[in-house]
Amino acid sequence: MASKNTLSNIQKLVLEPQSSLSRRRFVMGAASAMMLASLPFTQSVLAASMRQGLTTLSGKLFDLSIDYQTVNFTGTDVRATVVNQSIPGPLLRWKEGETVTLRVKNNLDVFSSIHWHGIILPAKMDGVPGISFEGIAPGETFEYHFSVEQSGTYWYHSHSGFQEQTGMYGAIVIDPKDSDPVVYDREYVVMLSDWSDEEPESIYAKLKKQSDYYNFRERTLVDLFDDISDNGLVNTWNARAMWNKGRMSDRDISDVTGYTYTYLMNGNTPEKGWQGLFRKGERVRLRFINSAAMSIFDVRIPGLKMTVVASDGQNIQPVSVDEFRIGVAETFDVIVEPEVDNAYCIFAQSIDRTGFTYGSLTSDLALKPLIPPMDPVAVLAHRDMGMNMKGMDHGSMQMDMSGNDDKAMDMKGMDHSAMQMDMSGNGDKTMNMKGMDHGSMQMDMNKVSATGLGLAGYGSNNEIKHISSEFGPQVDMRAMSPRSGLTDPGIGLRDHQILYQRKVLTYADIRGLTPTRDKRQPSREIQLHLTGNMSRYMWSVNGIKFADAAPLELEFGERVRITLVNDTMMTHPMHLHGMWSELETGDPDFIPRKHTVIVQPGSSISYLVTADALGSWAYHCHLLFHMPGMFRRVQVNNA
Amino acid sequence: MNTNLINRYPFIAIVLLTLAIFSSVDTAFGAETDDPLLAKVMIDEFENSLSTDSTTSWGAQGWLGYDLNKLWIKTEGEYSGGEVVDAEIQALYSRAIAPYWDLQMGLRRDLKPSPSRDWAVLGIQGLAPYFFEIDAALYVGKEGRTAMSFSSEYELLITQKLILTPEIEMNFYGQNDPEVGIGSGLSDFGAGLRLRYEIVREFAPYIGVNWSKKFGNTADYARDEGEEDSETQFVVGLRAWF
Ligand SMILES: [Cu+2]
Repeated sequence: MASKNTLSNIQKLVLEPQSSLSRRRFVMGAASAMMLASLPFTQSVLAASMRQGLTTLSGKLFDLSIDYQTVNFTGTDVRATVVNQSIPGPLLRWKEGETVTLRVKNNLDVFSSIHWHGIILPAKMDGVPGISFEGIAPGETFEYHFSVEQSGTYWYHSHSGFQEQTGMYGAIVIDPKDSDPVVYDREYVVMLSDWSDEEPESIYAKLKKQSDYYNFRERTLVDLFDDISDNGLVNTWNARAMWNKGRMSDRDISDVTGYTYTYLMNGNTPEKGWQGLFRKGERVRLRFINSAAMSIFDVRIPGLKMTVVASDGQNIQPVSVDEFRIGVAETFDVIVEPEVDNAYCIFAQSIDRTGFTYGSLTSDLALKPLIPPMDPVAVLAHRDMGMNMKGMDHGSMQMDMSGNDDKAMDMKGMDHSAMQMDMSGNGDKTMNMKGMDHGSMQMDMNKVSATGLGLAGYGSNNEIKHISSEFGPQVDMRAMSPRSGLTDPGIGLRDHQILYQRKVLTYADIRGLTPTRDKRQPSREIQLHLTGNMSRYMWSVNGIKFADAAPLELEFGERVRITLVNDTMMTHPMHLHGMWSELETGDPDFIPRKHTVIVQPGSSISYLVTADALGSWAYHCHLLFHMPGMFRRVQVNNA
Repeated sequence: MNTNLINRYPFIAIVLLTLAIFSSVDTAFGAETDDPLLAKVMIDEFENSLSTDSTTSWGAQGWLGYDLNKLWIKTEGEYSGGEVVDAEIQALYSRAIAPYWDLQMGLRRDLKPSPSRDWAVLGIQGLAPYFFEIDAALYVGKEGRTAMSFSSEYELLITQKLILTPEIEMNFYGQNDPEVGIGSGLSDFGAGLRLRYEIVREFAPYIGVNWSKKFGNTADYARDEGEEDSETQFVVGLRAWF
């Protein structure tokens, strides 16, 4: 291990019991194997803890079945789709270097599939219907067979329809072939998800009929009076004018909220509360997985510092934080070291603060943790529309948010410290972006490679271009001066250092633990714009939805940079299958590898991809209801 | 719905049946499509005036289609003194032309007052800056008849569920049509204010007040019939969609 941060090896003191292929019927809130053993607790205490864990399956051969099952999270019986009769499905424990076989039987009356999220494997084992394979027909068994070439925390989920929303997900933990650079005494998977009693198809239909259906945080008259009394009429009018002209809401954080969602931790509602035990002085590894359909979570454990040691299964140079945002499909492993006997609250609030889930890390199962209040609701700022706010003067705002005005914006010599934007979808527009100030993008402009592209590790130096397909009724906004998404903790977290002295993880904090494998410069750059029309509830890439899009072609072996520009006000977690997304966080020697990258609203972010996996791959936003449109097929061709 | 109600409100019944057909469309879609065939039925207004003549009026829209292309049905009318006195229905093809705007074209039939009139419609519907909902249309009928309508509505949230909706509506006609009591120029103008409470998104009772006034020859025709040329009504009603 070449890194300066290499840690010494130590044996794990506690492992999960190696439960056999359990076909036990899972009843919500009832029996399931606890993920720990060997601690001298009384029978009754242990019994109380029995309901909280995940069933673990390990070995090389796995039999998984997909079934309908009646579950009850909210007091109402609802039909779920489940893997091996439980939500989440069983935790699969693999070992790096081994070959695994997974026989997946589909007992549903519709096609199904399982995708192994973040696992590098042959294309036809990836489990994406229409791209990797046909899908698993009703009554059929599909056999996945591949060798495991990585270690860390991952997960699996259905890639068919909206089945994931109704319960089809589970954790994967892969033990390293060699010793683990991360030292810990005990570990838990902490799987976060969202549950709705509504059919996902019905949620999607409601969003198409009224896109703010689930948003009960819109501006009201009461807010208006408060703002006027705080800031005066003129300032209030100016601050609101841009949003009102653009027909957009600064309260538009999540499409689907706690109004319909119950947030779960390892399948437990906040009423139940998952519990994990520790003994003081232990190093506890928590493997956080966001397996929600639509919910981004902000996680913290009041009273404990968290040392982030892995991101998307990949070891990183340890970073000590108080809080982190976990996008849908991301994973983060953290180490905590509770030094006193106590019950600590593992608190996961949704990005929109409409709900939370929690569990406790406790020295005694009888102890209940103190559940903190949720943080205030985030309100979108102008920067989330992709406007540069440096020295902003509301009087000199140049923008275009209308749908039908005649527009010809001359941006030549334009002061990019004033804001510009265009949120319309039609009309004549001429935008000259020459002389654009990229200083706001946190890049070193002096570092340019031979190809003229920004140096590997430092991100894009290219102009932001809005191509013609981004103009039309399907796109309601374009970010004119997107910021770097790297140093931004994200909406609702930006002031936490100042307000609460909570250090929030940003992508800029992440460095790979091991040196960058492919040190080549990118030979080309692909700029992709994440686009949508919020009120029509349409999502697309470059203004083109998946159904109409040509695949993204990569040449086998090439090193490319993908720059994602978020032209919406939503936070999109983008997931590339089959290959690593090597996030350019400013250190070319230790570029971290991720499978899912959050793109903040109105911002841009770049990663490098080595196209080392032949075949057809999925590339999409992992918000389930954005995915049908915000999706691309990536084709890696032999040169 | 009992038969009595159907007898008393024939046009409402027809409209509701049409809309029910819409809503029975199954929302069938898989992973492949982001754009399923959907239908929405919105009864914007279904209200009774609190005055002695107890007028019932309705305004509803329904659409069937996809993100950018829809079949759109609109209807509005009035039931008073035991009969339908005013009823129109429009069937339109609606196409998105901008992020917030749909171009709509099709046919309108004025069923009441008699004799009925048919029109070709070219309209625009959408959301203007500052969140004004706009519905404007031009109409061309037989015998050189032309007309224009404009309505606008704004939703003011007092709380997340208590919503105040001011609304204006006006109609213009190109020529006199004494048979149906319409005069050329601005024929009528209406302003309404409704306060609704959304018990759930889809279901909201409301109270409101309507003021309307007839102008020009239309006002003369009305006076000839012994009607007032302006009126103020307090209403209770229901807004619902599915
Ligand atoms: Cu998205």
